[in-house]
Amino acid sequence: MPRGLRVRLVVAFLAVSALSALITAALTFREARSAIIDRTQDSAVHDLRAQLESLAPDLPFPPSTQDLRNFTLQLDRAGGSRAWRTAAAYRDGPLVTAPGTERPPAVPAALREAVGERGGTVTQRTTHDGAPRLAIGMPVAYAAATGGDADPGKASGLVVYAEFSLDDDKADIDALVTAAQAGAVPALVLALVPALFAARRVLRPVRGLRNGAERIASGELGTRLPVTGHDELSDLTRTFNTMATTLEKDDAELRRMEATARRFAADVAHELRTPLAAMAAVTEVLDEDAHSGALPVDTADAVLLISDETRKLVRMVEDLMEVSRFDAGAAALHLDEVGLRTLVTKTVRLRGWSEPHGQVVVEVPDDIRVRVDPRRIDVVLANLIGNGLRHGAAPVVVRARLDQAPGRTAAVAIVTVTVTDHGPGIPDDVLPHVFDRFYKADAARARSEGSGLGLAIAVENTRLHGGSLTVANSPGGGAEFTLVIPLPLPPHDPEEGGRS
Amino acid sequence: MSRVLLIEDDPAVRKGVTLALRRRGHEIEVAGSGETGLLALDRFRPDLVLLDLMLPGMSGLEACRRIRETRQLPIIILSARGDDVDLVVGLEAGADDYIVKPASGEVIEARMKAVLRRVVPQDPAAGSGPHGRDGLPHVETHGGLTVDRNALLVAKDGGELVLAPSELKLLLFLSAAPGQVFSRQHLLEQVWEHSFYGDARLVDACVMRLRGKIEDDPRKPVYVQTVRGFGYRFGPVPAGPDSDGPGPAGGGA
Repeated sequence: MPRGLRVRLVVAFLAVSALSALITAALTFREARSAIIDRTQDSAVHDLRAQLESLAPDLPFPPSTQDLRNFTLQLDRAGGSRAWRTAAAYRDGPLVTAPGTERPPAVPAALREAVGERGGTVTQRTTHDGAPRLAIGMPVAYAAATGGDADPGKASGLVVYAEFSLDDDKADIDALVTAAQAGAVPALVLALVPALFAARRVLRPVRGLRNGAERIASGELGTRLPVTGHDELSDLTRTFNTMATTLEKDDAELRRMEATARRFAADVAHELRTPLAAMAAVTEVLDEDAHSGALPVDTADAVLLISDETRKLVRMVEDLMEVSRFDAGAAALHLDEVGLRTLVTKTVRLRGWSEPHGQVVVEVPDDIRVRVDPRRIDVVLANLIGNGLRHGAAPVVVRARLDQAPGRTAAVAIVTVTVTDHGPGIPDDVLPHVFDRFYKADAARARSEGSGLGLAIAVENTRLHGGSLTVANSPGGGAEFTLVIPLPLPPHDPEEGGRS
Repeated sequence: MSRVLLIEDDPAVRKGVTLALRRRGHEIEVAGSGETGLLALDRFRPDLVLLDLMLPGMSGLEACRRIRETRQLPIIILSARGDDVDLVVGLEAGADDYIVKPASGEVIEARMKAVLRRVVPQDPAAGSGPHGRDGLPHVETHGGLTVDRNALLVAKDGGELVLAPSELKLLLFLSAAPGQVFSRQHLLEQVWEHSFYGDARLVDACVMRLRGKIEDDPRKPVYVQTVRGFGYRFGPVPAGPDSDGPGPAGGGA
């Protein structure tokens, strides 16, 4: 089956054309053939009857065999161009043919019987040596002029048979077939032109629809197609346009709702910041007084609780603001070239994780220099290491290596950092969700140190660098986070370049 | 014990910061707007200004510019972190450092102390360099630039320059080890006493301001040069055309 709609249309069109031509030709041929044969037959019967009418009265009755011979000889001679051969039989007597005939006429027995039964002229088509022939059996009636005791019109008992070749008619019919063939092939070739044209006309709107659908699929929801005509395809185009309009409206509505939701989160975080700024400034004052022993125990506890939770709230709002910036696309990279080992050790030291010794193991070569936003990579590393310390178990090992990117230009290198803890690993059903916002693996442990946004922020920061952050369980059992960041080489400094 | 002028419109934040700083022994004067802050400047004579950027009436930015026009006192921006662009503009307007709200009293005080320190803490790399701190001449000449480390004065072609505290500190730090390259992270740690992961735009903004004051052509800096991919270095200062000889000429032109 041809796959292309155009090919299928053309083939179908041609098939229909060929079939109709074939049927027409077949019917015409049949009609023409029978007309030709009927005409030949009628004229032969007419000729034979005329001959009989002129010759039979001279025949003595009952005729002797010699009379019949002469009679058939006369008939043969009178056949003219038709060149029939005749035979005569009287009252079930044997067939008598003209003397000297090299080949007696082939008179089928069935013909003789039919004549005997019906008593009228009977014709029968036969074939002899593959050539069509026509045999005629004609009983001779008494003519009015015959006189005597016989009634005019009464069968005389004499039956004359004539038989001749239909070769000429066959040639005519063959010519008909040849003519039909000669006409059909060019007609089919000619039919190809309207077939192609029709296929094009039908397919053009189909192609337009396909292009339109592709544009919609690629996100161009503003795509509309021109509607022409009033056929089914234009209906389809109209429906397509309606669909596109609906899609566009829904899409805009969804975007608007999402933007509103995100802006709301950002606004909430923003609004929380001013009161938090006031509270955060005084947490140490609270701590100091609570630890001074000057306050009643209950009050001191309450005060400490408030200052602790205020700090957590500050962290959470900061993370929320950060996420909002990513959502708004407002997060910017401030690239700097730094040593990766320095980066990692600073992260560990600043978070106070270098004590106790061996809690975090940094296995990063000294010579890897990376061009990244140090603050953002610090956030990523801190989240990964902190996550390993909180949910896994020490030691958390940070390893790194530098690779040339496979299949890319030589100007791109890839730095891979893995952070592995030695805890029990992450359950398989939790693994796909660890980067989700506010995802809590354990509902019972609803609150932890973090804001629940740490890993989500880590992922966003990685993406901002054009890298990827994935998680899996290491063969050793602990969770292993893999951070992959492409590094453009040689370095250039957009900030400096933009300003100086 | 510093005298701090806090220009902040939100009463709660004003109160919180005042409480925290007073507890730590600082003397605080508050102003609810840029205009009153500028008036308090002469009356209160603060050692340092804490400046909120989002103020009613005169913006924090404008206030920063006005203060910088006449005074060399340290200015620290109290930033609502969303206003990233404002922050950069604020730094370019002459602020020495910034603090992101919400911040604890501890953080605020640490930043204040850092910016109030007139000299940069001892840097091991520079200490071993040719320019020792003691026993060596305190007045250096680099091309047309004269740096007096004791008096903390900088003059260009004989004329004294008015540098903001952070600009002066950065210049002193860089010029102590001419030719040595410092990464922006390192400068943040040493000059601003920020963590390694501070905002490097602070350094860039300060360098821009400094170049505007000490360079003949800030677009083609001679003194504070950019080393692409690494950071900044002081010099090497060529025997400039405006210098009167190949050797260091005492006191400049």
